[in-house]
Amino acid sequence: MGDHTLETPAANAPGRTLAQVHLKVNGVAHTVSVEPRMLLSDVLRDELGLTGTHVGCEHGICGACTIIMNGRPVRSCLVFGVQANGAELLTVEGLAEDDGPLHPLQEAFWEHHGLQCGFCTPGMLMTAYHFLQENPNPSREEIRDGISGNLCRCTGYQSIIDAVEQAARICRGGK
Amino acid sequence: MTIGTSVKRVEDPRLVRGKGRYVGDIQLPGQCEAVIVRSQHAHANLRAIRTQQAANRPDVLLVLTVNDLPDDLPPIPMRLSPEGSLELALQYPLAKDKVRYVGEPVALIVAKNRYAAEDAAELVEIDYEPLAPVASVDQALSADAGLLHPAVGSNDLFVIHSQKGSVEEKLKESPHVLQEELYVQRHTGVPLETRGLLAVYDPNRTSGKLTVYGTTKVVHFNRQILARLLKQDESQIRCVETDVGGGFGPRGEFYPEDFLIPYAAMQIGRPVRWIEDRLEHLVATNHSRQQKHRVTVGFDEEGRILALRDEIFVDTGAYIRTHGVTVPALTQAMLPGPYDIEALELTTHVVATNKTPTGTYRGPGRFEGTFVRERVMDMIAKTLGRDPLKVREINVIRPEQMPYSNGISALGQEVELDSGDYPRILAHVRRVMNWDGFAARKAEAAASGRLLGMGLAMFVEKSGLGPWEWAEVELLENGEACCKTGLADVGQGVKTMLAQVCSDRLGLPYTKIRVVHGDTAAVPKGNGSFATRGTVMGGTAAWQAADALRSKMLQTAAGLLQIETAQLGLLGESVVMQATGQTLLSFAQLLEECRRQGIRLREEYTFSAAHMTYPYGVHAAEVEVDQDTGRIKINRYYLAYDVGRAINPLLVKGQLVGGMAQGLGGALFEKLYYDETGQLLSGTFMDYLLPSSMEVPDVEVEILEWAPSLLNPLGVKGAGEGGTVAVAPAVANAVCHALQDYGLAITSLPIRPELIRQAIRQGKNRPKGAEVLS
Amino acid sequence: MSWENSSQRGIAVKPAVFDYYSPQTVHEALLLLEQHGFEAKILAGGQSLIPTMNMRLASPKVLIDIGRIGELESIRVSEEEIQIGGMTRQFLIEQSPEVARYCPMLAEGIKLIGHPQIRSRGTVGGSLVHADPTAELPVILCTLGGAVTLASLDGERVVPAEEFFLTYLTTAIEPNELLVAVQFPRIQPRSGHAIEEFALRKGDFAIVLAAAAVTLDEAGKIAAASLGLGGVDGAPVKLDQVTDALLGLEPDSRLIQECCEQIRDIVEPESDIHASAEYRRDLSVTLGRRALETALGRARLSLT
Repeated sequence: MGDHTLETPAANAPGRTLAQVHLKVNGVAHTVSVEPRMLLSDVLRDELGLTGTHVGCEHGICGACTIIMNGRPVRSCLVFGVQANGAELLTVEGLAEDDGPLHPLQEAFWEHHGLQCGFCTPGMLMTAYHFLQENPNPSREEIRDGISGNLCRCTGYQSIIDAVEQAARICRGGK
Repeated sequence: MTIGTSVKRVEDPRLVRGKGRYVGDIQLPGQCEAVIVRSQHAHANLRAIRTQQAANRPDVLLVLTVNDLPDDLPPIPMRLSPEGSLELALQYPLAKDKVRYVGEPVALIVAKNRYAAEDAAELVEIDYEPLAPVASVDQALSADAGLLHPAVGSNDLFVIHSQKGSVEEKLKESPHVLQEELYVQRHTGVPLETRGLLAVYDPNRTSGKLTVYGTTKVVHFNRQILARLLKQDESQIRCVETDVGGGFGPRGEFYPEDFLIPYAAMQIGRPVRWIEDRLEHLVATNHSRQQKHRVTVGFDEEGRILALRDEIFVDTGAYIRTHGVTVPALTQAMLPGPYDIEALELTTHVVATNKTPTGTYRGPGRFEGTFVRERVMDMIAKTLGRDPLKVREINVIRPEQMPYSNGISALGQEVELDSGDYPRILAHVRRVMNWDGFAARKAEAAASGRLLGMGLAMFVEKSGLGPWEWAEVELLENGEACCKTGLADVGQGVKTMLAQVCSDRLGLPYTKIRVVHGDTAAVPKGNGSFATRGTVMGGTAAWQAADALRSKMLQTAAGLLQIETAQLGLLGESVVMQATGQTLLSFAQLLEECRRQGIRLREEYTFSAAHMTYPYGVHAAEVEVDQDTGRIKINRYYLAYDVGRAINPLLVKGQLVGGMAQGLGGALFEKLYYDETGQLLSGTFMDYLLPSSMEVPDVEVEILEWAPSLLNPLGVKGAGEGGTVAVAPAVANAVCHALQDYGLAITSLPIRPELIRQAIRQGKNRPKGAEVLS
Repeated sequence: MSWENSSQRGIAVKPAVFDYYSPQTVHEALLLLEQHGFEAKILAGGQSLIPTMNMRLASPKVLIDIGRIGELESIRVSEEEIQIGGMTRQFLIEQSPEVARYCPMLAEGIKLIGHPQIRSRGTVGGSLVHADPTAELPVILCTLGGAVTLASLDGERVVPAEEFFLTYLTTAIEPNELLVAVQFPRIQPRSGHAIEEFALRKGDFAIVLAAAAVTLDEAGKIAAASLGLGGVDGAPVKLDQVTDALLGLEPDSRLIQECCEQIRDIVEPESDIHASAEYRRDLSVTLGRRALETALGRARLSLT
């Protein structure tokens, strides 16, 4: 049970010695050497160059850094890179192929003006992605609740909820 | 024809893929990272700063204190509404001999990365000699208060006074006079991306030695200031706007870091990045809004206002920043709003306190003034036992009075409302909200113990601040067009708007128009994006430039085809016969011909405007109050806004709904709490409460195009701030209505459930109709 | 998650250096604890610890990550209780049909913790040891009269909830101990559970929360009842004075209201920027009443 099945043990790492961390991100395996104190958000952004994951508060409130870790949404600013050793991660960059079609959620955010500045968007998309996996046919109120751990300062959320509603329809094969 | 249609944004595909490039996303070889050491004291003399230990750390590249900066470094000047006497209260990039607010920059450390920089920051030792903090306006103005800026001579740094008619006389003649004190709390824009800068210095280049990424909003202005502070020629500095995670007013002004980071990069010859963290954002980036109003209003039996006097106290914080007296001046100028008031006297005090300096935040001065005015309208109605909507109807300016000057100036111009049908919008909201039928619903709900209320607020906004904006439009060899603009993109959809405007003139799909902005190397001049000026000023400039380009294309085609210009049009990337739509010449052919003739299809335009344009609207809310907890539930929220003409209704709606959420934050949740020692108590996202999706209701938006502006060819008025400014009074009026039997009179923000619950508890023990002041 | 204001620090977002250990077994973890004692901090889900470390309000020299100790992740149901391993993530409680069936208060309360992202990482043991006075799990454990199992190299001891929570962010756990399991009593027949909380925003720590359990006898009279509050003191407050007055009765709303009114005089909350002491008192009465009424209603429903 839990998410440790995919994990391999982390080496103990005193002080400033670097720890080796193995990650599978968006299907690609990586190994990085990082200080144990390095946050997973920084590992993704600074070590792997995956800057789609944004940081908005670094104390676990805004949700901008949300990614999927072993199938669950997590705030990557509240996970040390070493804790993720052996984990499988999905970030916004993994929702669609680089030149391929957008994921239905991305498409719906575009169509419904579900973003303005776009800064909260990656985290919002990842939260919504997991939410729809757990609840493919949500009510508007359920969506509202489902995304409430992600702050947006531009949209007032209404268009985001519209977008998630549409993406849910599309993912269920509707129109 | 794309103007007026809700096309999808050109900005989005990159952003939804996580391919946006915000300043924190840039990584350059050799890049290192800065942190700022900030004052922990609200008011203190700086006796010593010991940095040796920090500097000795192996990963540290640079430590700066004021002693390391040039002796003759000037303070950061005012950008808008400058006042000579306030130059004595400006802020230097690093504190000189005193600190005046918690969060004031004292030292800067550059290290190999942020972790190492923070390690070193802990080792900086600062000796403070604490001074008595001035934590409130009342304290600042008391006789024994210490002075923040002794050179100014008073904590009352500046006073603005405006008068129209004889207020004293009219008040004496008024059958009713109401006096009230109203208060708006300190809160601010809080974009989800904090500020950030990346400065790169290459002394080997002949020009453009210094590049600064992360500037936004007013990049040309910021370059000018930076050049002055660094004693460099402007041509040596390139400011580049990256993707920006929200503006809202505070973001993009010239702050201490906008000097410090480039300066540090020049010192060490390596790229220096600084990404503000959220905790420092809440003490370092401009605060806004904190005002106290002492209102006296005289009115007759019908509710017609005969005279209005307001003495306003703006808690401006520790220094005057780039906005000068913009917020105080706008507060005054926009205070009368949509009402025709014969006698006005407005006095605004700009008061220094030991708190973070302030500036603009979406709807500056109007959020505050609209709360005050629209609460007062309801108080008048309540005093007289009349319908608050009716009282407004009696007081609004009539369409035949337009253009209407309210007699007060701000931003260098008198407020002259250009157009609008105010009575019509009131009649409209009466119908839409079924205002007259609500009493029955309220009574029915009351019978089952539920407290329902409905309230509204009317407002006038301003938009399109000049003095000018620039654009250039070119048809490129590849058949696409390039629009260069002096506007900035802070996430509001500027690129899409400009693409639509150009598309309209050029017969080219809007997706084929590339917009270039925010790079001083690519755009020669511009005034940037603030004060809801983008669409009015930048949109018009682009429209005119595109129109000139259109003429040039048509003329060229006319010469080639031997057909009169007037008979030609542009459609579907071709020159066509205007009447029939018949294709005569593709753009590719036209471009080929131009190449042969040596004609460059490029035009520029500078649009100037002496006066702003004034959109207007109304917000209405139906609320239900939980008697046991005081929690407010918004059952229905409606807003109507006449923007003259909407270039893209989807984007306008986005602005209004998003703006409403920010207004709701200010109305119910957000507050920068200071204690009596000048310490910020709500300095994290756990304590500074941004509304989440659970708190913001769906908003019914009606975009009206009743009164196009006569001041620009597009007829547009800006849409950026109208969603925000009237939320607090609409909700407050609704809550007061719900609690009319308990006599709650909301006079301060935020409206926390505790206040409501207190009124209910006290109200249950007191005779009906008595007022409870908060 | 709460912290004290630090005059020297408080403006940081990256943790200070620490030694990191990732033991594979409880025994290894206990050895590390024994060795590093006061300098060490246990890292479970990290959802309270990491923010305080990011801000450098906490800078432990040694971090012992128990996230890979498989034996600490479990939900076991016995005749009397549900035993949950200390490292069990909160979302697993949320998804567990056993918890929903045998401890509805826990199932309901767990959903009130933060947001899904927090519950993905947050653990049962971590929340209990952190002991935030407005957190859900401590209040639930106290109200139900559960207990925790603490292990050290000397062996295990079981500490009842009321002895475990001492005050604000402080429990009876010793520096060499690890919370290995927590025991929640199973709901009895003819019983109802309820939990009510008031927060300014959804998902925030509550201003006040109340949890109640009611058991009826066969005649429908109250045989046992308990009511616990969070957010009114440094530790959860159990209001036996209030519930004792209901024993043997078949109370209506009015009687419950009357009983709950005395809460106002029992609790001694403090004021902060989010709510005054007076408002907390007021909410205690309201939420206490609502929780009791709901629990009673559910108990009555179970009779039919």
